[in-house]
Amino acid sequence: METDFTPLTSFGGGLAIGLGAVLLMLGLGRILGATGIMSGLVFAENKDEALWRGAMIVGMILAPGLIFAVTGTMPAVDVPISPTMIVIGGLIVGLGASLGSGCTSGHGVCGLSRLSVRSIVAVPTFMATAAVTVYLIRHVFGG
Amino acid sequence: MRLVYALFTGLIFGIGIAVSGMMNPAKVLNFFDVAGTWDPSLAFVMGGAVIVTFIGYRLVWRRSAPLFGRRFQLPGSTEVDSKLIGGSALFGIGWGIAGFCPGAALPALGTGRWEVALFLVAVVGGFFLRRLLTPTKRADAAT
Repeated sequence: METDFTPLTSFGGGLAIGLGAVLLMLGLGRILGATGIMSGLVFAENKDEALWRGAMIVGMILAPGLIFAVTGTMPAVDVPISPTMIVIGGLIVGLGASLGSGCTSGHGVCGLSRLSVRSIVAVPTFMATAAVTVYLIRHVFGG
Repeated sequence: MRLVYALFTGLIFGIGIAVSGMMNPAKVLNFFDVAGTWDPSLAFVMGGAVIVTFIGYRLVWRRSAPLFGRRFQLPGSTEVDSKLIGGSALFGIGWGIAGFCPGAALPALGTGRWEVALFLVAVVGGFFLRRLLTPTKRADAAT
């Protein structure tokens, strides 16, 4: 399905994502990586480790509702994927992001901004395999 | 106070994800579909986020410590190994299959879509899978 090109709202949203990352560093001194926050909550070694991650996730989950309350429109989530593929994709995302120590937020936003060598390797790697995967699914196997 | 602050940063991040279009798998998959229904919007998300984070981090690091902590906790490793590359490659494949990444799916959970919950459960399953594969090491998603 086609989606509209939205350079302005996408850039504006990106600024807010960056602001969230900067505020977390200012307040708690931590990288904002969704994989680290999720796995750090699931495998938390003490209550303190779990609490701030849990609070952040609650804040994230409240965001669409707040946008709905202000604008009257719920942000779009169009899922052109079967449940089976969502589960397979999710398992691979969880395995890969924990092996590779990060995902789009941790390596992409925070790692690139820190000029981390590991992130400078990780980001083009996952962008490339994602593009190849989409190409194969849509244009070779005819998704 | 620390937890309210963490919740607030999560909310800002989540608003950014929602406004930017990152939480919409149709848009994410179109970003990678250069040969088909290409939508380059997400490049603007990454651009906006990295500009703010790159500058903001450097301003924050002028402080000796974060507001609610003793020190800034940054991943110190600079080692580019097969786990980083293989994990990142896998993460990209999963992202290309499902259209969600963890940082987009957490705020998307707030829209109430069951597909998002299914994806996140599978991601956590992937974290456990990684622990089964490398049982001696802690799931050290550093970012």
